[in-house]
Amino acid sequence: MQVPAPFEYARASSVEEALELLARLGPEARLLAGGHSLLPMMKLRLAAPEHLIDIDGLHSELGYVREQDGEVRIGAMTRHRELLESELLARRLPIFTDAERVIADPVVRNRGTIGGALCQADPAEDLSAVCAAVDARLVVRGAQGERSLTMQEFHRGPYQTAVGHDEMLVEVRIAPAEHSGSAYEKVERRVGDWAIVAAGASLTLEGGTIAAAGISLSAVGAGVRCSRAEAELTGRRPSDELLAAAGRLAAESCSPVSDQRGSAEYKRHLAEVLTVRALRRALSRALQEEA
Amino acid sequence: MATTTEQPPVGFGRHKRVEDARFIRGQGRYVDDIKLPGMLHGAILRSPLAHARIVSIDSSRALAHPKVVAVITGRDLEAQNLAWMPTLSYDTQAVLATDKVRFQGQEVAFVIAEDRYAARDALELIDVEYDPLPVVVNARRALDPDAPVIRDDKEGQTDNHIFDWESGDAQATEEVFARAEVVVEQDMLYPRSHPAPMETCGALADYDRVNGRLTLWCTTQAPHVHRTAYALVAGLPEHRVRVISPDIGGGFGNKVPVYPGYVCAVVGSIVTGRPVKWMEDRSENLMSTGFARDYVMHGEIAANRDGRILAIRVNVIADHGAFNATAQPTKYPAGFFSVFTGSYDLEAAHCKVTGVYTNKAPGGVAYACSFRVTEAVYLVERMVDRLAGELGIDPAELRLRNLLAPEQFPYACKTGWVYDSGDYPTALRKAMALIGYEQLRAEQAERRARGELMGIGVSFFTECVGAGPRRHMDILGLGMSDGAALRIHPTGKAQLALSVQTQGQGHETTFAQIVAEELGIPVADIEVVHGDTELTPYGLGTYGSRSTPVSGAATALVARKIRDKARLIASAMLEVSPDDLEWEKGRFFVKGDPTMGASIQEIAMAAHGTVTLPEGVEPALEAETTYDPPNLTFPFGAYICVVDIDPQTAKVRVRRFVAVDDCGTRINPMIIEGQVHGGLTDGVGMALMEVIAFDEEGNCLNGSLMDYLIPTALEVPDWETDYTVTPSPHHPIGAKGIGESATVGSPPAIVNAICDALAPHGVRHMDMPCNPSRVWEAMQGRPAPPQ
Amino acid sequence: MQVTVNVNGVDHTREIEPRLLLVHFLRDELDLTGTHWGCDTSNCGTCVVLMDSEPVKSCTVLAATAAGHRITTVEGLERDGQLDPVQQGFHECHGLQCGFCTPGMMLTARALLDRNPNPTDEEIREAISGQICRCTGYATIVRSIRWAAEHSDSSSAQEVSV
Repeated sequence: MQVPAPFEYARASSVEEALELLARLGPEARLLAGGHSLLPMMKLRLAAPEHLIDIDGLHSELGYVREQDGEVRIGAMTRHRELLESELLARRLPIFTDAERVIADPVVRNRGTIGGALCQADPAEDLSAVCAAVDARLVVRGAQGERSLTMQEFHRGPYQTAVGHDEMLVEVRIAPAEHSGSAYEKVERRVGDWAIVAAGASLTLEGGTIAAAGISLSAVGAGVRCSRAEAELTGRRPSDELLAAAGRLAAESCSPVSDQRGSAEYKRHLAEVLTVRALRRALSRALQEEA
Repeated sequence: MATTTEQPPVGFGRHKRVEDARFIRGQGRYVDDIKLPGMLHGAILRSPLAHARIVSIDSSRALAHPKVVAVITGRDLEAQNLAWMPTLSYDTQAVLATDKVRFQGQEVAFVIAEDRYAARDALELIDVEYDPLPVVVNARRALDPDAPVIRDDKEGQTDNHIFDWESGDAQATEEVFARAEVVVEQDMLYPRSHPAPMETCGALADYDRVNGRLTLWCTTQAPHVHRTAYALVAGLPEHRVRVISPDIGGGFGNKVPVYPGYVCAVVGSIVTGRPVKWMEDRSENLMSTGFARDYVMHGEIAANRDGRILAIRVNVIADHGAFNATAQPTKYPAGFFSVFTGSYDLEAAHCKVTGVYTNKAPGGVAYACSFRVTEAVYLVERMVDRLAGELGIDPAELRLRNLLAPEQFPYACKTGWVYDSGDYPTALRKAMALIGYEQLRAEQAERRARGELMGIGVSFFTECVGAGPRRHMDILGLGMSDGAALRIHPTGKAQLALSVQTQGQGHETTFAQIVAEELGIPVADIEVVHGDTELTPYGLGTYGSRSTPVSGAATALVARKIRDKARLIASAMLEVSPDDLEWEKGRFFVKGDPTMGASIQEIAMAAHGTVTLPEGVEPALEAETTYDPPNLTFPFGAYICVVDIDPQTAKVRVRRFVAVDDCGTRINPMIIEGQVHGGLTDGVGMALMEVIAFDEEGNCLNGSLMDYLIPTALEVPDWETDYTVTPSPHHPIGAKGIGESATVGSPPAIVNAICDALAPHGVRHMDMPCNPSRVWEAMQGRPAPPQ
Repeated sequence: MQVTVNVNGVDHTREIEPRLLLVHFLRDELDLTGTHWGCDTSNCGTCVVLMDSEPVKSCTVLAATAAGHRITTVEGLERDGQLDPVQQGFHECHGLQCGFCTPGMMLTARALLDRNPNPTDEEIREAISGQICRCTGYATIVRSIRWAAEHSDSSSAQEVSV
């Protein structure tokens, strides 16, 4: 079995301590949360930080899903399994429940965290698309205090986020509107595999028309949001034709690459299919047709 | 559900496994579990390039590492004439590269350090300079006149051609094809896949300098063959080499070859004077060890319009990688591929197989392929389905019209195999009834009308396993016979020593059951000893489903030798003539007076005691035998698979799978069922998701379990199995072996189902793996082999 | 650095490199070789142990992180000479062949049954979907776990002579 290169180890028992260590140890220090994104890379020697700051102990401080001021707030150390089992998310933001069912596998979900997944920013990772689709704001804390970022501001590209080397993501905040529904659709080659393509969608209805739409694709080189497809939907009454049109626009706007998971043509086709399926399910949830 | 208080059978039947006791407690003893004082760890530096000249190797930085004890390179081995070793196919393979590297992942240097973490670190401290060469990874292109020559180390080798091999009658086959009313042709690839047992390969070598003895714990399915190989290759006296296979975490053929890592561990121990352990990691396992398949096939089937199959012809290009390391009997470089004649009465058949070198990992055999029977069965069963499609005849019906009839056995097929026994139509009908074939076809018609994609696939396979008669079959010149030695202790307990090596097949239970059946000694009173060359008779090991056909026969025969001797001893004890004794399981008794008898336990004690024995009968109750099988055995089966394919995402779901197997006499139905389930899962893997693919530069694209996808519990249905029993007439207990049946028979059933589902889209054939993208591309009219 | 990890109810203190993975700590420092390893990418699951009663892949956890948690390995399933119903179930229903994935499968089964004493077959398959078996084809593993679920109360647990 492959093993990581040597590193220095420190443990943080609070956010403040973690930030202090990050500032002191510099850019060669990385946070170790659930470890299931970082440690595999370190074992393959694709990453070799000089210092690891273990924030496993921060789960008590940053592991939560709660409602506050009309928002759903998720602590960055919340485990995938906790997101999957959250009754609050299932009720108000089922896109999370849909996604967590198909993220990794049940054992990995016991350790991996939402903060780790978002900060790793793997292009085929699911929670980035989930957060983007529901207009999440990401709270990043540093010595200077907290700032709140949109996904567009947070997610800069594959494996790149706006989190500075002396900052950490602490919370994800979503403000789901009334009469909104969300859903996630994913196709993978085998259970636990990365997505070939995945689509997250959120729809808010007002008086029978779509007041707001969020569409985000994973694994196909799409932008953070499919704005053209969203614009097509906004202000219109939902129909099969309209959803189909949005699907086509989402597919046209992405840049899939042929690889072992699939051909570019197939991925583009799948982007269209999954966008429509996610929209359809989000819509029916918005209409409270579904449980 | 059986409870723990039920009495287990004395002999054949559902007997829980003896070996479970240690495994469920986590007390199994696998190679990596073994620690010796002073043990060092080895790690292999491997080539990142698929084809390149080695310009220089500088180990100085590694040697300077405080925990590094030694670094061995090809140059060091060359001085001992060990840089190259023979393969099991009479080719040579580099232990550590000297002039060139010939596949990505090839072994270049061996680091020995105090612990495994340091060994891994030290790999990065070895500097190798390479001069890249052109790469060829496509088997067809490897035969192009301008293809780079890979094996320029071999005297007289000017191209990438390894062998040509033919079987059958080309002329007779051509005549039948010429007059046939229908001929169907199909290119098909059996992609390269990998056995990927959960335990990777490894060895712990302990060379005792004082006594000149080597003890080698190793993940090997064939410990005796390995011992002989080390004696021949390394010049170590064979009586001072001990190979021990402890518990093995799955073999599937992957653990048959002798790997460079084992040789390096042995050399490392000799050089350092300390035990050296080498355990490969998963990427090494996938990238460098014995793969399976990689057969590029062109099949043709000739028939008449009424559905009578007349002949089959096949051309194959066999990709053997950079070194021909495949483990096949010497006279069979293409294994038993010539059983592509299948389960049908053909008038003629012919095949030609051309083996080629490519810049890929050396092959193989491996992965439960029954010596290429998997490829053969896939070919014939796909061709039969193609024919069914062409003729518009239901594929099950077409098979029923052509299956061999029971009275035709023993059946000499047109490539020379003599199938021993079988009632094929009964098995197929049983499978069809079990799955509800007619109702499924009706359901399919309804679903098709709604635009849904549902497929039903049939596969009927005949295997040939249990290699084999020693005058025909040898590996490295070692005839494929296997021994068994049985001792009955004075207190009536028994010890059976076997030459074969279990990797999960339950030998400690099933072979004890054979003895129990013959002698009436309870399984709990029989210890099965295996895996240690010091304690067991010589044999060729476990692969190709040969343990039951060969060692099972040896076991039955050695038990009968014991029983024959026991009769003589009993006659002395009871003071009657041996002919006046009758046997009931566990005891002899006097004809007409059942109260006068002696149990096998009493006889054992007497054998070691003082009773006067008949003339010529030695004391003790022990026997040994080496079995030379008169023929192979021919397990067979009828498999039917139902798939549903999402028309939009093209994702395939295996809804149901019915398997009816015939392995002759059934020793333990619980174990047979387990073997079948495992093989069926292999089939799902190969059909839907497993492939070892390369890009044009020879980079292996599936070098981790993230990319080499193996089915989980959610990808397979609840298996539905049943059986028929047609004993093998030439086997002492009529058993045929079951280990690979399901791996052989299931991929064509699944692919047949997928092609059946896609028929409305005009898909006649697509190659494995049928993952969503490839299925969708096939639906668009663009079926392609994997990259 | 020095770490103290609680394994099967006992604290173990060792001097280790920070990078030492939990699987190697268990196997090489504590000689608990029942926990296995089989891949490089956290896929196979032969390394599964319980951390605070939940299955985790010990190849992807640092020994240092495990300090302060309760680790249960396969060696900790048996209590006072009594096999856990999960262990009995695997024996009754032929849920193992080569045995390499078995410790991890049994621990995941134990954790599942502790949370959900009567799971459906689908729930069982889902629970073990992060772990690969190359031998059994999974059906007998499902049956083994079902057997354990049905024989979990002390009245039906029997002394198994395995």
